[in-house]
Amino acid sequence: MKAVVTVKLKPGVLDPQGKAIGHALEGLGFDGIADVRVGKVIELDLHETDPAAAREAAAAMARRLLANTVIESFDVTLA
Amino acid sequence: MDQLVDAALGRSFGLSGEEYDRVLAIMGRTPSLTELGIFSVMWSEHCSYKSSRVWLKTLPTSAPWVIHGPGENAGVVDIGEGLAAIFKMESHNHPSFIEPFQGAATGVGGILRDVFTMGARPIANLNALRFGDPSLAVTKRVVDGVVRGIGGYGNCVGVPTVGGETNFHRSYNGNPLVNAMTVGIAAQDRIFLSAAAGIGNPVVYVGSKTGRDGIHGATMASSEFAADSEEKRPTVQVGDPFIEKLLIEACLELMATDAIVAIQDMGAAGLTSSSVEMAGKGGVGIELDLDAVPQREAGMTAYEMMLSESQERMLIVIDPAREDMARAIFEKWELDFAVIGHITDTGRIVVKHRGVVEADIALDPLAEQAPLYERPYTEAAKPAALGDVDDPVGIGPALLRLIGCPDLASRRWIWDQYDGTVGGQTVKRPGQADAAVVKIPGSARALALTTDCTPRYCAADPEAGGAQAVVEAWRNITATGGVPLAVTDNLNFGNPEKPLIMGQIVAAIRGMGAACTALDFPVVSGNVSLYNETEGSGILPTPAIGGLGVIADAAQAVGIALAPGLDLVVVGATRGELGQSLWLREVLGREDGAPPALDFAVERRNGEFVRGLIIDGVVTACHDVSDGGLLVAVAEMVLAGDVGAALSLAPEGTAPKVGAHGFWFGEDQARYVLAVVDGAAVMQAAQGAGVPAVMLGRSGGDRLTLHDGTAISVAEMRTAHEHFFARWFA
Amino acid sequence: MQAGIIVFPGINRERDIAMALEGSLGRRPRMIWHRETDLAGVDLVVIPGGFSYGDYLRCGAMAAQSPVMRAVSAHAARGGYVLGVCNGFQILTEAQMLPGALLRNAGLRFLSMDCHLRVERADTVFSGQYQRGQVFRAPMAHGDGNYFADADTLDRLEGEGLVAFRYVDASGAVSGAANLNGSARNIAGVLSANLRVLGLMPHPENLVDPLMGGVDGKPLFDSLAAIGVA
Repeated sequence: MKAVVTVKLKPGVLDPQGKAIGHALEGLGFDGIADVRVGKVIELDLHETDPAAAREAAAAMARRLLANTVIESFDVTLA
Repeated sequence: MDQLVDAALGRSFGLSGEEYDRVLAIMGRTPSLTELGIFSVMWSEHCSYKSSRVWLKTLPTSAPWVIHGPGENAGVVDIGEGLAAIFKMESHNHPSFIEPFQGAATGVGGILRDVFTMGARPIANLNALRFGDPSLAVTKRVVDGVVRGIGGYGNCVGVPTVGGETNFHRSYNGNPLVNAMTVGIAAQDRIFLSAAAGIGNPVVYVGSKTGRDGIHGATMASSEFAADSEEKRPTVQVGDPFIEKLLIEACLELMATDAIVAIQDMGAAGLTSSSVEMAGKGGVGIELDLDAVPQREAGMTAYEMMLSESQERMLIVIDPAREDMARAIFEKWELDFAVIGHITDTGRIVVKHRGVVEADIALDPLAEQAPLYERPYTEAAKPAALGDVDDPVGIGPALLRLIGCPDLASRRWIWDQYDGTVGGQTVKRPGQADAAVVKIPGSARALALTTDCTPRYCAADPEAGGAQAVVEAWRNITATGGVPLAVTDNLNFGNPEKPLIMGQIVAAIRGMGAACTALDFPVVSGNVSLYNETEGSGILPTPAIGGLGVIADAAQAVGIALAPGLDLVVVGATRGELGQSLWLREVLGREDGAPPALDFAVERRNGEFVRGLIIDGVVTACHDVSDGGLLVAVAEMVLAGDVGAALSLAPEGTAPKVGAHGFWFGEDQARYVLAVVDGAAVMQAAQGAGVPAVMLGRSGGDRLTLHDGTAISVAEMRTAHEHFFARWFA
Repeated sequence: MQAGIIVFPGINRERDIAMALEGSLGRRPRMIWHRETDLAGVDLVVIPGGFSYGDYLRCGAMAAQSPVMRAVSAHAARGGYVLGVCNGFQILTEAQMLPGALLRNAGLRFLSMDCHLRVERADTVFSGQYQRGQVFRAPMAHGDGNYFADADTLDRLEGEGLVAFRYVDASGAVSGAANLNGSARNIAGVLSANLRVLGLMPHPENLVDPLMGGVDGKPLFDSLAAIGVA
C-alpha cells in the first residue's frame, strides 16, 4: 500500500524559501497571505498490506532518514 | 502504433524533401521509423555541420603543440611535462530558453563529458553567456535560471567555475546564448579516442538509465523558435550532477587500466550519435540489442531509445578480457553497466529490439552522403568609419555610467554563485585577472583560460569581429603572463538559409582564421549553433572564443589589482576609436561606426613585449584595454585593488591628437595598462622594442583623479559598479 | 598522526583537504571509502566537503546513515578526533554527532566567496596555532550553511564554550552583514562537548598556499600536528 510522508519545518525554524514564495505571490497580486511554509511530500509504495504496520514502518523511516527531527516534523497518511 | 514513414514525417523530423529522397536512395526502401530518426539526427545541423562545414575546414587547426584537433570529442594540446590540456566549448542555447535551469545545467554536464571521455580530469569550467534586454521580466528569469543551473551542476560535480563573460542585448531577448567550456588535464600517453575496433568486442553502456528525455533535441537545436516553443518543454533533459560526478570518478578509474578500446559520451541524439560515430570512425560495424539498455521508463520503443537524450551516459568498447574488472568498477560507483551490443565487420549499424531488427543502415553512406551545403551568402558592406562625435556629458560622469552599465557592471553576483575554489588550484579567480589562472595539480605550471567575443563588433563587421574575438582571447591570456596555445570556438548565428546570415558566418570564420593564423593560435575544437532566431529575428553574430594558454611557473601570473605606489604605463597606441564603442552606445545611444582596427603584427609585438615583462617579474598588475576603453580599464584595476590612481597624462599631449573622450573611452586594440615599480625603465624598454608606450600616472590614495582635476572616489566607483546586479536581484 | 578522509559518493573536496593535511602533517592521509568500517590506526577522521549522495533529501542526510558513520561515531565515543568541513559538518549534524542543523542559506543562493572567521577559542586541537580572537579569511562555497539550533541549545553551546568560529567582518566584529548565510548567532563552526569533534562550513583547506591567495587556513592544519603527541 501507499504511505505518504509529509515533512514540514517545525514552527520557529525560519523558512526563507517560504518567505520568498509568499513575497512572490504577493507580487502576483494574491492578497491575504499570512504565512507560507515549504515542506516535502515523500510517497512510499510499500509491500506491507496491514495499515497499522505500514504506518509504523513509514514513521520509522521518517524518524531515521526522511525527516531531521532537529528542524522538521512529519506525519504519515495512508493512501 | 505503427507510424507511416514518408517525406512529410521526414520534414517534421527536420529533413528536407531532397534529404528524404537521399535517405530512400541509400536504403533502397522506405526506412523504418527508427531508421528515419537516425538519419534525421545524424543529418541535423547540430551533428552534421552541413551549413558550416565547408567554411570550418578553412580554419587553421594545427601547430607543433596540437595533439588532436577538431574531430575528436575535444581538442588536445601539449602543455609540457608530458601533460595535455583537453578542452572544448559547446552551446546549450535553445534548451536554456525553454527551461533555463536545466538547459544550462545539462549544458555544463555535456561539455564535462566531452572532456573526461578523452581521459582528462576536468579542472576548470568557463562560460560565455548572452542575455536579452535586462529591463524585460523574461530576461531576469532566464539569467536567474541559467546562473543557478551552471552553479547547481558545476558546484556539485566539484569542478571550479573560474571564468566567463556576460553580455546583454535585445537581439538575445528570445534566444539567450549559453556556451559552456570545460578544460581537463591528462597524461599525453593516456588519451582516449572514440574510434571503435576489435570485431566481437562488447559495447558497454554505463551511467544513468535511459528515459524519454529530450527526444529530438538535436533537431530542436537546429530549428528556429516559433511562438509555440513553450509547448516543447517536455523534450528538455534533466541533469543529475551527482551521477555525473560518479561517472567521472568511475571512468577515470577505468581509464587507469587498459580495458578501454574506445569511448564516447552520449550527447546530442545519445545512443545514435555515439554508436554511429564510434563505429564509423573505426571503419567497423556495430550491433545493438536494445533489450539490454538500462531503462527508466516502461514500454520504450527502439525509436525512443535511439533518440533519447537522457544525460550522464557513456558508450564504451571494451576489451572482453577486462569486462568483469570494468563491471566491478562501475558497480562500486553504483552506476549501471550493461553490455548492449558488439562490434561487427559489416560496416552497418544494426539495432534489434524484442527480436525485431528495427534499424539496419550502412554506415559509410550515412556519413559520406550526409548533406553538405554551400549555402548562398551575401556579405553586408563594411560600415563607414564613425565621424567626429562631441562629448555631451564629460569624462567623470561617462566613466560612472560605463562601469555601471549592464555590459560592464560587476559580475560579482554571478560568480559568487559558482564554486571557484574547489580543487584548491585556482590561482586567479573571476575578476582577479584578465584570464582565469588554474594551477596544474602536481606541477608548477598553470593554465590561463578565457572566453571572449564582442558581438556588437561582429554585427557591424563580422570579419573584423571574428578576428577581434580571437585577438582578445590571445590578449587576455597574454595579460596574465600566459603563452596562448589554442582556441575552441562556439559559433552562434541565426538562420544560415538567409544569405545575409550566411554571409556573417563566412566572414566571421574568415576573420577568425586570419587571426588564428597570424597569432599561431589554432582552433582545436568547437561547436556551431545556428538558427538562433525567434520569429524571424536573428541574434547578433556571436562567434565565442575559448582561449587556453600556459604559464610555466604559476607564481609568475599577474592579475589586474592595483597596489599603491606604482607607475602606470599604457602599452600600445591610442588613436581614440569610438566606432561601436560602449561609450558611443551608453552615452550617445548610438550603435554605429566601424569597430576598432586590428593589426595582427602590432598585437603580437605589443603582447610579446608585455608577456616578456611579466615573465621577468617587472609587472605587478596588468589589464588589457577592451570594452569601455582606457579609463574603464584603469577603473577596473582600481576597483580590484581598492587603491586609487592619479592619472597625470593630458590627452592633449598625445599623438595623434584625439579628444579627451576618444582618448579615455576609445576601444583601440593591442593595448595594455601595466602597473610597475619603475615606469621609466619600462618606457625605455618599450622604446628599445619599438613598442608605443606612455606614462599614465601613479597608483595610490582612495580616488581616481585626472590631470584636469576630475576626481572620483573609489567608493563612488564601487557603488556604480556593483549597483546593476545588486538592484536587479535585490 | 594518521588522518583518514572519508570518501562518500559525491564528495568533491577530498583531494583539497588531503593536500592541506599532507602539507602540514608531512604524511599522506588515508582515503577511506564509505563502505569501509575499520578505522583502526586513524587518529583523526576528516569528512570533507562536497555533495554526498547529491545532497538529495537533505544535505548530508543519507551519508549520515551509511555504515562508515557508525564507525566514525564509535571513534568519537572512544575520544577520537573528527573534523567535518562543509558537507562534512552537515553530515556530523545529521548523524547527531554535533548539535543543530544547517538550513538553506538565508538568501536562497549558493554562496562562493571569502568570509572572515573569528577564532572563539584557541585551546583546542583544531585551533592551537591561532590566537583567541584572531580573524582569518576562508573561502566558503555552500548553499546550505545557515546554522540553526533552538535557543536552549544555542545558550548551552555558548555557555560551554563550544562555538569554535564565528562569521565576522575584517575587523573582528560580529555583524549581520558579515553573516552571509544567516547563521544563528553568526556561528560558523561548533565543537562537541569533549572538544574533539569540530564541524565548520568554510574551507580553510582552500587557503593554505600563497599562490592561491593566502595561508590563512594553514594554522588549522598545523594545529592538528599536536594530535597524538604526548
